[in-house]
Amino acid sequence: MSQILWGAYAQRNTDDHPPAYAPGYKTSVLRSPKNALIAIGETVSEVTAPHFSADQFGPKDNDLILNCAKEGLPVGERVIVHGYVRDQFGRPVKNALLEVWQANASGRYRHPNDQYVGSLDPNFGGCGRMMTDENGFYIFRTIKPGPYPWRNRINEWRPAHIHFSLIADGWAQRLISQFYFEGDTLIDSCPILKTIPSEEQRRALIALEDKSNFIEADSRCYRFDITLRGRRATYFENELH
Amino acid sequence: MKGWNFEELHETPSQTGGPYVHIGLLPKQAGIDVFENNFNNDLVKNNPQGQRIRLEGQVFDGIGVPLRDVLVEIWQADANGIYPSQADFQDKVADVNFHGWGRTGADFKTGIWHFDTIKPGTVPGRKASTQAPHINLIIFARGINTGLNTRVYFEDESKANANDPVLNSIEWEPRRQTLIAKREERDGEVIYRFDIYIQGDKETVFLDI
Repeated sequence: MSQILWGAYAQRNTDDHPPAYAPGYKTSVLRSPKNALIAIGETVSEVTAPHFSADQFGPKDNDLILNCAKEGLPVGERVIVHGYVRDQFGRPVKNALLEVWQANASGRYRHPNDQYVGSLDPNFGGCGRMMTDENGFYIFRTIKPGPYPWRNRINEWRPAHIHFSLIADGWAQRLISQFYFEGDTLIDSCPILKTIPSEEQRRALIALEDKSNFIEADSRCYRFDITLRGRRATYFENELH
Repeated sequence: MKGWNFEELHETPSQTGGPYVHIGLLPKQAGIDVFENNFNNDLVKNNPQGQRIRLEGQVFDGIGVPLRDVLVEIWQADANGIYPSQADFQDKVADVNFHGWGRTGADFKTGIWHFDTIKPGTVPGRKASTQAPHINLIIFARGINTGLNTRVYFEDESKANANDPVLNSIEWEPRRQTLIAKREERDGEVIYRFDIYIQGDKETVFLDI
């Protein structure tokens, strides 16, 4: 057994994810398939994924405090977010592309379709990207986003959150989600977070205050780990081939 | 019973990409000039081998209105059917000028999206079978809680399509047609039209991969 021969990714546990049709989140009603998804045996198409290299990225791509600053610093709470990306079997996910986007400190997005009265910040863009390292570690710096109102029910408010996207080793691992901040009381009333069926899984999207990693007179820190699907090894027949 | 179960880590749960998904994944479409190298929908910029094609379409909701905030990504093999990925196990070298992946957003007004790419070669299936040429496609948007995976096949590959193991695993034969893009020529350019119907009578087949 000198070289490991990798089989398929373990099946996605659909009970760990939101259903497509979730009427409390109204937009999902007309944007969810009526038919059940059709499960397929994985092939080379599903276990491969594109490769990105760190030299494609600029030095401030993971620094949302500075990457759109023009005449000064953006307004708001300075925070560092860091953590590890692993697969479900606990292995580090190396050289994965992690992309993030968010509102500014007012809860206002820099997007043509956002008309919220909360003010735009001329020195804040709200997007960043990075690669995980050999240990699956990532780190970025930002302004903590504000909560914002949206029209689901008329007085709906999102908790403060940062959107994130991962492209890793296999197309089957492709994931977009959002993480929240420990202690935000809006977490308990959010219909988007409530689409996730279990309490444990909802909790898996809450970044934790990492006090010993605060930087004095500068920034606070949150810790957030991400788990992707993992591949089984094959020791008998390999049907992928 | 909990204590009796073997526990491993659970996959991080999915959440919708939301209406402002472009800020992070296509900042230029949101009007943000932040990165020097931006990802886009041009897979032929480095002049790879193979036949140039344009893949285009719209994504429709349950009452037939196009989604104008949808984000689309594709992942495909090169002209010889090799994926430019370390995980490709075919012992053949992929086209070094082909990245295999692209990303685009639907037009904010019309909902039309497109990619400039090449037609992929056939790739191996399970147990030494052969798959018809196809492009793997995923959509993310407001209202979609987990990215929806599908595949694009080509109408002028009917023989290969008839033997494709994934198409043949769809037991409702009429539904197989929802995965086949229509070929047309426009000013000498080959266009494959692939409309996606999320819900309703013409509903596209979505895959749990």
